[in-house]
Amino acid sequence: MIQVDNNRAWLLVLPVVVVVAFTAIVPLMTVVNYSVQDIFGPETRVFVGVEWFREVIDDDRVREAFGRQFLFSALVLLIEIPLGVAVALILPLRGWRSSLAVVAIALPLLIPFNVVGMIWQVFARPEIGLFGTSVNALGIPFNYTADPLSAWVTIVIMDVWHWTPLVALLAFAGLRAIPPAYYQAARIDGASRLAVFFYIELPKLRNVLTIAILLRFMDSFMIYTEPFVVTGGGPGSSTTFLSINLVKMAVGQFDLGPAAAFSLLYFLVILLFSYIFYTILQQVASK
Amino acid sequence: MSEIRIEGLRHSYARNPTASDPWALKRVDHVWRDGGAYALLGPSGCGKTTMLNIISGLVRPTEGRIYFGERDVTDVPTERRNIAQVFQFPVLYDTMTMRGNLDFPLRNRGIPKAERRARVEEVAAMLDLSDSLDLRASGLGAPEKQMISLGRGLVRSDVAAILFDEPLTVIDPQVKFTLRRKLKEVHERFKPTLIYVTHDQNEALTFADQVVVMYDGEVVQVGTPEDLYERPAHSFVGYFIGSPGMNFLQVEPSGGSLVFQGGALALDETVAAGLPSKGALKLGIRPSALRIADRGTPGAIDADVVDVETLGAYAIVELAMGPTRIKARVRDGEPIPSGATAVSLPPRQTLLYADERLIGALA
Amino acid sequence: MTLAVEGVTSSVAGEIHLDDINLALEPGLHVVIGRTLAGKTSLLRLLAGLDRPTSGRILIDGQDTRKVPVNRRRVAFVYQQFINYMGFSVYDNIAAPLRRSGVARGEIDGRVRETAEILRIDHLLGRLPGALSGGQQQRVAIARALVKEADLFLLDEPLANLDYKLREELREELRTVFRRSACTVVYTTTEPTEALMMGGNAVVLVEGRVLQSGPVQETYRAPASTAVAEVFSDPPMNLVAGHLAGESLSFAGLTIPWPTQMRALPEGAVTIGIRPNHLTFDPAPDRAALSGEVELSEVNGSETFVHVFVGDASFVVEREGVHPMPAGLAVRLGVEPERLYAFSAAGDLLALPDAGLRQ
Repeated sequence: MIQVDNNRAWLLVLPVVVVVAFTAIVPLMTVVNYSVQDIFGPETRVFVGVEWFREVIDDDRVREAFGRQFLFSALVLLIEIPLGVAVALILPLRGWRSSLAVVAIALPLLIPFNVVGMIWQVFARPEIGLFGTSVNALGIPFNYTADPLSAWVTIVIMDVWHWTPLVALLAFAGLRAIPPAYYQAARIDGASRLAVFFYIELPKLRNVLTIAILLRFMDSFMIYTEPFVVTGGGPGSSTTFLSINLVKMAVGQFDLGPAAAFSLLYFLVILLFSYIFYTILQQVASK
Repeated sequence: MSEIRIEGLRHSYARNPTASDPWALKRVDHVWRDGGAYALLGPSGCGKTTMLNIISGLVRPTEGRIYFGERDVTDVPTERRNIAQVFQFPVLYDTMTMRGNLDFPLRNRGIPKAERRARVEEVAAMLDLSDSLDLRASGLGAPEKQMISLGRGLVRSDVAAILFDEPLTVIDPQVKFTLRRKLKEVHERFKPTLIYVTHDQNEALTFADQVVVMYDGEVVQVGTPEDLYERPAHSFVGYFIGSPGMNFLQVEPSGGSLVFQGGALALDETVAAGLPSKGALKLGIRPSALRIADRGTPGAIDADVVDVETLGAYAIVELAMGPTRIKARVRDGEPIPSGATAVSLPPRQTLLYADERLIGALA
Repeated sequence: MTLAVEGVTSSVAGEIHLDDINLALEPGLHVVIGRTLAGKTSLLRLLAGLDRPTSGRILIDGQDTRKVPVNRRRVAFVYQQFINYMGFSVYDNIAAPLRRSGVARGEIDGRVRETAEILRIDHLLGRLPGALSGGQQQRVAIARALVKEADLFLLDEPLANLDYKLREELREELRTVFRRSACTVVYTTTEPTEALMMGGNAVVLVEGRVLQSGPVQETYRAPASTAVAEVFSDPPMNLVAGHLAGESLSFAGLTIPWPTQMRALPEGAVTIGIRPNHLTFDPAPDRAALSGEVELSEVNGSETFVHVFVGDASFVVEREGVHPMPAGLAVRLGVEPERLYAFSAAGDLLALPDAGLRQ
């Protein structure tokens, strides 16, 4: 069937096209511009080809930040996805208790990112923070301003605290969508709780978990505000993630060319990995 | 396997129900015999789903007991009840193969592997699924999926009954025939007790040897499909079974005849003597039992043709007797009346209802 | 309003949904009968102007529909699913199209109440559609379509999702509504009985082609081909290979004298068509009869369809009343030679029972 032509339709989408052009395409082109030129002033600019890209790729600090970033995303996904599903499974599915639990769970998601950072910055302080003093009281030396491991533990726990609720809410919505007949059938077939999880719940959560993994990967790969507030990227450069590194480069050192090249690479890496994740998960799903 | 006995069952979804609360089941006593093919038929809201859930153990009845053989299962949970169920929409373990699905209930019960394998293959052969046993269940069509759901019940040797909840809802009309035939074959071969819940008269009458008709929380008739059609025990059954349904005339005894708006029917003396003295009386007659006659035929009541629908194999003629309208079915080959005519009610097929319950025929 | 469909073809991604459709739809009732995926919905969408044909054209009173935008045509559409504005009361649902086209407030009230009365939902006007039964929801949708007083009223299997008793009731009411109406009504269904009951004109659609059209009763009596005989008959007409030779006709292991309605046919192979209601159980011993074995009985309304194996052919016999017969039972089926149909090898109708015989 051919839809009836209606040229007015183009007029209706025109505003969106304009907005997208100004918000996405124009800024992106600016970045591309900067990444291939050395710009001294409005009139003086030199085309440098892939020079900035080479410089960025050869930069040890960038390489280390990449490594840190992958480690961080991997840790966060490994903890938050199973934990989020576990939380969703113990939430009451219906009734007023359910609504109450959902609101309580969602609270961390409502806090501004820099406030999250502030909370943990104080909470984890070894001398006055409840978390920091408690850990030290257990006899475990803990100081995120001096010890890289402590800093990592703080940032990972903070992220888990902040974002597991998102995974839990998505999984909860997925669980709610499973028709009761599936649970009845499983009872009739004498299935154990574990079997219900593996043969009914997990397969039915496939789609929402795909979305959760993608969202959490992209978000954690771009993390900036919270570690910046807590550790400022330290101690040393132990928590300097990609975006912190980028800001240091662009704002701190004013290396706009390399920073632009870095931004583009950063963007492409996220795009590439999201695509890979998505394809793999889709294939697993359709097998 | 064993019979399923329901005694003094009453159910209300209210927390501490009193007489004034709505009762989903008013009072039901019934025995589902071992190996019977039953249909549980009724319109939505009649209590059939409540009954189904009570048998499967998802709902605990407010009052009454339910027995599987001699065992009182009223308080036994679903998983220990030995029932199987086929749902309205196919319920499968999508990530498993068809074999995995059929094997699942046996594996959960710790049956030895060799026995499981033999049983699964026997059932798969019966259901014509042997060739696709190792395919993933999620890729199947709805008919195969429903067959697998049925198979999960058939593989178990301990099943007291297999319950069906409108299982053909998602099946294309052209494929329904195949599944109906398969169900009959399965019943013939394994003789399980089957309880088929549906609101569809045709499904029920086609499937069952015995149909249990529910209406407004009560069982109003249990009988063979023929019984339901020919001697409906309740006016609801008369209306619900058959297309068009039974004609009902509100009548009042007067002297030796029954008077209705627009006419009167003379009665045999013995019948007239046996009429109940109180209660609302109704005459019920199937459109196919009515006989069109010429005006003036003794015993025939004058009527006028209001409408004729020619439906291929037969015609439905709507007749007016004063303000009373009735429908007659005119068989292929018989003349279709028009204008002023008359209709006779053969006494054997003219049934008498008091307070909606059948009390007898006019002969 | 007269609708002319001229050489309309519609295909999506190379798949043909409708193939060279030519129809002239005068005011009155037209029942499009066809199985699932025959192209019924595609045809209605084209008539409504929701889609455009790949080739061919549709004229409304001589004017090409392409030149009139959908929202300016006076078309009403009722779908198989019950589609209502869930947040509006029944009253507001029915009133919606009138309000949109700026009908005066006083007039709206009268028309809404009148339409609701016709469809027997006048006592439900204050309720929300979600609180109604399926039958009542469909009545609301039909009322909303009806109140517009459209020139073209399209209904796509409006009763398919209803229970059988509700279908029976609503069907009768719709018939009354259409009889009173002066507009062009196109009504699709998969059920031959429904088409017969509604009356009017029949359009038989098979795999995207119109195989036959004409008055419903006439189309039923004289199906132009085996395909029509199968679609426009419930259960489908029994078709079996036969042979005319010498003085006799033989089919399914039975030999009978050459039937008179086939007297003009040459000797040779034919396809014999037997309506399920023209086969009888336990005929008199001297009658022509087929021997077979019961496969399955299906109850349908006040009829029983008994499927019988005769050799390797399967026959359906329609029996009045509810009389399921057990599978495996040996039966004899009486045949009435004067009621047989004959079709050519290509499926075209060659001979049919005398018009004097009732179907």
